[in-house]
Amino acid sequence: MIINHPLLGPRDAQEFTYLGDASLIDRPDWQDENAAEKFHDYLYIRDNPAGQHRELWYHEQGDRSWLVVTRDTLTHEITNVELARDVAIAGGRGR
Amino acid sequence: MSYSGWKVIWQGLTGNTGWKPAWREPDPKAAYDVIIVGAGGHGLAAAYYLAKEFGVTNVAVIEKGWLGSGNVGRNTTIVRSNYLLPGNEPFYEFSMKLWEGLEQDFNYNAMVSQRGILNLSHSDPQRDAFARRGNSMRLAGADAVLLDADGVRQMCPFLDFENARFPITGGIWQPRGGTVRHDAVAWGYARGADMRGVDIIQNCEVTGFIMDKGVCMGVETSRGDIRAKKVGVAVAGSSGRVMAKAGMRLPIESHVLQAFVTEGLKPLLPGVITFGAGHFYVSQSDKGGLVFGGDIDGYNTYAQRGNLPVVEDVCEGGMAIMPMIGRTRLLRSWGGIMDMSMDGSPYIDKTHIDGLYFNGGWCYGGFKATPASGFCFAHLLARDEPHPTATEYRLNRFRRGTMIDEKGVGAQPNLH
Repeated sequence: MIINHPLLGPRDAQEFTYLGDASLIDRPDWQDENAAEKFHDYLYIRDNPAGQHRELWYHEQGDRSWLVVTRDTLTHEITNVELARDVAIAGGRGR
Repeated sequence: MSYSGWKVIWQGLTGNTGWKPAWREPDPKAAYDVIIVGAGGHGLAAAYYLAKEFGVTNVAVIEKGWLGSGNVGRNTTIVRSNYLLPGNEPFYEFSMKLWEGLEQDFNYNAMVSQRGILNLSHSDPQRDAFARRGNSMRLAGADAVLLDADGVRQMCPFLDFENARFPITGGIWQPRGGTVRHDAVAWGYARGADMRGVDIIQNCEVTGFIMDKGVCMGVETSRGDIRAKKVGVAVAGSSGRVMAKAGMRLPIESHVLQAFVTEGLKPLLPGVITFGAGHFYVSQSDKGGLVFGGDIDGYNTYAQRGNLPVVEDVCEGGMAIMPMIGRTRLLRSWGGIMDMSMDGSPYIDKTHIDGLYFNGGWCYGGFKATPASGFCFAHLLARDEPHPTATEYRLNRFRRGTMIDEKGVGAQPNLH
């Protein structure tokens, strides 16, 4: 697979390590009333879709950026690559 | 029809005209006591043991494709019970014992071959870890022999003992491990279940679950609704997709595992051999091909094919321990979809929906578990309580903090 890095252009997926579903960006608030339940779902439960999947890849052998890759789990076709930083900020995380 | 050596000879002399189909192809009835979704190894084994051991014969096994078309027909055929943790080892040893009596039990030649499995160690700490594992195995009634380098050398003189990076310091050998003809396992269980009245309904896709006030009353299929008092789902690889129809999210990611077979060679490997410093396991099929595999590709996928970097990684693992296979040509490679669970161990449990039971999360170790998985799932379906060896395989174990993490790598499915 080739991942089209937003800053570096097309890179071999071998340069990356894979973490999992991009929802891992949205860590629950530990002060929430039902934080334990939310953390259980956050840590252990997955949507695991067959089809479009937004997922976190880490460019370990490159610029060490985290990317959010949108990939089809039925065909391996990658349709979108974003910097995880941008996704997180757009989602209201960070400063 | 029962099979015997005499029957083979007789049929050989009479033109093989007397063989009959090994199972029926019935139309689905309107209702059953138990429906099992998925006619793979685990589903068929569950139906077989339900009928044979628990007296529940009004059972249907519903399969989207043809029986045995999933991972039971795509694996590397290795059976073993060399686990460490108390939640796992008694279960896998139970499975090993069932393998040992399987062919007599279901009167079918599954080519169970206890040629032994040898896990190589490449450092002193790894050898210590193997000693601990061996003790754990023996405590659960399994067999384990700790070998030093000379012991391994006697058994497998062809290994690269002096490898600069991965010298072989010894190994742990389970003589009762080995290989089993994977397709025959599905066929044997299917035939055994069918003979006892189980309906195996192929080419019938489950499209949904019939729910009434939060209770599962049966399944909606491409051939109409079928009702049942209990529905058991055993569709590892597709667990996420099927259980989503019941509105469930699971502690599972789907990943692809590749496997490989070479051209046929003369008898070469005495049994199953695994590389301890990377991930590579190999055995030799009765046709002579080396059957081997390694790591999963490591990303979520439902495509039954992987990518080349893992092919390279697996072959490098092979070359690190047995350079003699370097000129062997690869004949085929394929991929199968694995239910990678959050701690590397499976689930055999009731769900929070009454009447709906789940069997899955087998990671890439489901084949060896087939008999015990079927037996324990049948036990749960028939008696509503877990079999004594499968009490830890609960869906809620992450909530309770009782994970069964053999490798100790945490909730990262692609590392298990």
